[in-house]
Amino acid sequence: MAMITLTVDGVEVEVEEGSTVLQACETAGKEVPRFCYHDRLSIAGNCRMCLVEMERSPKPVASCAMPAGPGMVIKTDTEVVKKAREGVMEFMLINHPLDCPICDQGGECDLQDQAMGYGGDRSRYQEPKRAVENKSMGPLISTIMTRCIHCTRCVRFSTEVAGVNDMGAIGRGESMEITTYLEKALASELSGNVVDLCPVGALTSRPYAFNARSWELSHTESFDAMDAVGSAIRIDTRGNEVMRVLPRVNDDVNEEWISDKTRHAIDGLKRQRIDRPYLRQKNGRLAECSWEDAFKAIQTNMKKAKASQIGAIMGDQCDAESIYALKSLMDKLGVSNVDCRQDGSVLGTSGGRGGYIFNSGFNGLEDTDYVLLIGTNPRHEAAVVNARLRRRWLNDGLDVARIGAPVDLTYPVKELGDDPSILMELADGKGPVATKLKRAKKPMIIIGQGALTRKDSAAILGAVARLSKETGVVTADWNGFNVLHTAAARVAGLDLGAIPGKGGMDTGGMLAAANKGDLQVLYLLAADECDLSAISKKTFVIYQGHHGDAGARAADVVLPGAAWCEKDGIFVNSEGRVQYANRATFPPGDARSDWSIIRALSAVLDKTLDFDTHAQLRAKMIAEVPVFAEADVLTEAKLGAIGGKGKIASTALTTPIGEGTGVSFYMTCPISRSSVTMAECIDAFEQNGMKGAAE
Amino acid sequence: MLADQDRIFTNIYGWESAGLTAAKKRGDWAGTAKLMKKGHDAVIEEVKSSGLRGRGGAGFPTGLKWSFMPKEVKDRPHYLVVNADESEPGTCKDRDILRHEPHKLIEGCLLAGFAMRANAGYIYIRGEFVNEAMALQKAIDEAYAAGLLGKNAAKSGWDFDLYVHRGAGAYICGEETALLESLEGRKGQPRLKPPFPAGVGLYGCPTTVNNVETIAVVPTIMRRGGAWFAGLGREGNTGSKLFCISGHVNNPCNVEEEMGIPLRELIEKHAGGVRGGWDNLLAVIPGGSSTPLMPKSVCDDMLMDFDSLKNAGTGLGTAGIIVMDKSTDIIQAIARISYFYKHESCGQCTPCREGTGWMYRMMDRLVRGDADVSEIDVLHDVTKQVEGHTICALGDAAAWPIQGLIKHFRPEIEDRIAARKAAAVAE
Repeated sequence: MAMITLTVDGVEVEVEEGSTVLQACETAGKEVPRFCYHDRLSIAGNCRMCLVEMERSPKPVASCAMPAGPGMVIKTDTEVVKKAREGVMEFMLINHPLDCPICDQGGECDLQDQAMGYGGDRSRYQEPKRAVENKSMGPLISTIMTRCIHCTRCVRFSTEVAGVNDMGAIGRGESMEITTYLEKALASELSGNVVDLCPVGALTSRPYAFNARSWELSHTESFDAMDAVGSAIRIDTRGNEVMRVLPRVNDDVNEEWISDKTRHAIDGLKRQRIDRPYLRQKNGRLAECSWEDAFKAIQTNMKKAKASQIGAIMGDQCDAESIYALKSLMDKLGVSNVDCRQDGSVLGTSGGRGGYIFNSGFNGLEDTDYVLLIGTNPRHEAAVVNARLRRRWLNDGLDVARIGAPVDLTYPVKELGDDPSILMELADGKGPVATKLKRAKKPMIIIGQGALTRKDSAAILGAVARLSKETGVVTADWNGFNVLHTAAARVAGLDLGAIPGKGGMDTGGMLAAANKGDLQVLYLLAADECDLSAISKKTFVIYQGHHGDAGARAADVVLPGAAWCEKDGIFVNSEGRVQYANRATFPPGDARSDWSIIRALSAVLDKTLDFDTHAQLRAKMIAEVPVFAEADVLTEAKLGAIGGKGKIASTALTTPIGEGTGVSFYMTCPISRSSVTMAECIDAFEQNGMKGAAE
Repeated sequence: MLADQDRIFTNIYGWESAGLTAAKKRGDWAGTAKLMKKGHDAVIEEVKSSGLRGRGGAGFPTGLKWSFMPKEVKDRPHYLVVNADESEPGTCKDRDILRHEPHKLIEGCLLAGFAMRANAGYIYIRGEFVNEAMALQKAIDEAYAAGLLGKNAAKSGWDFDLYVHRGAGAYICGEETALLESLEGRKGQPRLKPPFPAGVGLYGCPTTVNNVETIAVVPTIMRRGGAWFAGLGREGNTGSKLFCISGHVNNPCNVEEEMGIPLRELIEKHAGGVRGGWDNLLAVIPGGSSTPLMPKSVCDDMLMDFDSLKNAGTGLGTAGIIVMDKSTDIIQAIARISYFYKHESCGQCTPCREGTGWMYRMMDRLVRGDADVSEIDVLHDVTKQVEGHTICALGDAAAWPIQGLIKHFRPEIEDRIAARKAAAVAE
């Protein structure tokens, strides 16, 4: 990129060609106030707060919209600039209510902050102030439109990033109002982000309304476990309560957006919690018990069982440490019936790490020129990743084709039907799609769990692998074979080898055996997403987890574990990126970190695991699986032989969550299923449409 | 005074038919192809040499504006857009061109389009101009039927299509980039500049937006030569111009006159003089509602051209002259203009959105004298905070009339405030 030189306040700065004057000012270390400008949105230039003086220009210019040119002389600290900004600030404030004390934005408000710098100490405005009717924007966004300063960030976000055209401005002049079309709830999985974008308190978080002030909160930087994207988040807590979740900037993964589930499912952390051990009584009911009694019951049943009659299934939100601890315990017991794939996915470790991760990384989406989606609905499985795909389509007209159900992804998709058997022909390099893949410089295949949890998934995977080799999806310097996961724990589980050992049963096998009573002990580590409804009374079910959900319902003994944000844990996202999540709060009541429960149980079972602290566990785990050592990097992974041969059935490809699957985007895990906010979202967006907006 | 043989708009009053046959009799479409034979750049050079300045208000040299268009058509087509969204209060010149001289405009479009290498032109006409739009469309249909537009237009070898697009009645759509937005089907809000339309205009293609009158005078300039046009008026302010005289005159009219004609002569010769005589004059708004007013003392020997008026702190604008005699409540008059700008602000950028309402409300109080004297300074300050800080010129247009009022009629405002205070005390 060519560089140009210009002068800002007498300081020469060098910026990339195509930068704006505002960026040049920032390079020079000059702070320029702004409201409408946002790095990730198109430039509107309407707030006029960023005015600077430019030599040879009779009027001050809006620095956000002015392209930087070589030799420009910019002044940001003159009287003219100060006067201009003060003027604009005064205009912002004349119709802005002075209700900061009751405004949720108070304390973290751009207008408040900048008014400190540029606002007057009294108002010269003597006319009546404008009042604007509030708009209904669904269960997540609270509106106080009188506070709106018309920066249009929310409008630009929803049309550009979220891909829904529901928001806009009606009226003109001072009667201009931001609204949604027909006062409809903002039907996007990313809608919560407009709250972060709003520089004032016009759009605030509805579930968080009047709950806390920003300065009362403690912040914990962590990662999200609601999907397998691994969005960087900040968890804000007060005491031992999670008050809200906000995105952190991570350009490689979530940029600065998070999905509504990530943001708003947290109220589920307060409901249906398992806060002490339970034991099923003779009358069939669960009753509270002590840790000793619970462990004793487990010990008794374990002793009776042969190693081949014991099984363990790890859930979708487990941290790597607890998976590792349980896997180690099972190894010590000689148990090979271990599986971290509740959904019955065929992904294994035989093809190397490259066989089960998103090899190109999410950043690969910036380089690719052709994308083939197979059995995935990224809009619901990885909303922020879908936003990237949309941006590529907006900016460069990225070609996207799909084998799977035709759901709206916010950008046009070439539909190849939902019959996966066309892959057999495609794999031989026949047909126009194969030609397109071949012609593309960096083609990409994104295969989702919908294609990996079928009876013929091995054949599908095999065909996709062949197709990848055939058409240059995988070459020496580009790997576009991408698996999009939905479970936050999955890649770590596979990295740890938490799949059936020699002669071991997988999830399906274990459940079938448990239903017949052939399995003596079934250990569910926060596993709630598999069918536990028909388990035989003869099978002793241990459920260790944090919510009273499907697993606890089927359990004979319940051990209270910690939710993802209540423990330090390692997660690995779809890309294979290792992320160290931090504890934000403590688990409730008697609940403990999951690894420590397993460690304690191992002593009771006389198979004591050889670590006593979390640090020792991590050290041991890293020694065994070195990939966990380095956080937030992408290591290139080898892609070996994956999948099998055979016929692919013509049964329609489905996706694990989203439209027409029976699983709502808003409820995919025990936490989100316990969330009232998520229930309201389903009510507003999926079942009754307008119901939530009518109140 | 303009001689009859130098008159360009010979049918501006509609005394003859606006149809093609009559237009041809008046000299329109005579040898158009021959004019175009000289080449694209020759047309631009001729217009440059005429010294023609844009008639839409800003007075930017037209030839220079055309020369900003790329010299070659590359991957994107060029467009000519004609701004017929004449909405400035006090201005009604384009309306009469559209009604009575549409062929001058159409021929001008062909020549201008050819000069800037555009094969298509759009005339964006004000929504309220229903009959004018029909008259224009009729004339365009005539031109197509006569082979003057379309493939090989006027046998010149140049293909040129012309479309009429009706606006929906918004003053702001007369701003060139808001016009382009509206033409593309979006909300009429001005764009940020740069990029300028000559680089990125209609549908992202190189575009030039010109006023109706600017385009309509081009054929005559081409036929009679740039030197003839430059010979009228004075240097930098050449040619003839349509003046719209309204308000307190005995005979409100549109009239074509030489640039630089004294205001008094213009009013007295063509508009029958000020009601009650020149001495009954209070003030004149010289160029449409957005230009600052001039009190009689300034009007007495004012020359009507771009530079003279600019030097007097006002502007020629669209040459929509609003004459106000001494019966006028000047504060009320300017308050009414403020209301207009408040109503027509698009709401996009802060100073104009918030400022126009504030200014109007203060003006409204000043009409009644319901204010403090110190608020006059606040109002002036507010106009200064709007002026020059907005995306488009509407902010300036809203600020200038008030600045003009305060500059020339501050004692009147103070008197009114004092009178109200006195009345309150008396009660």
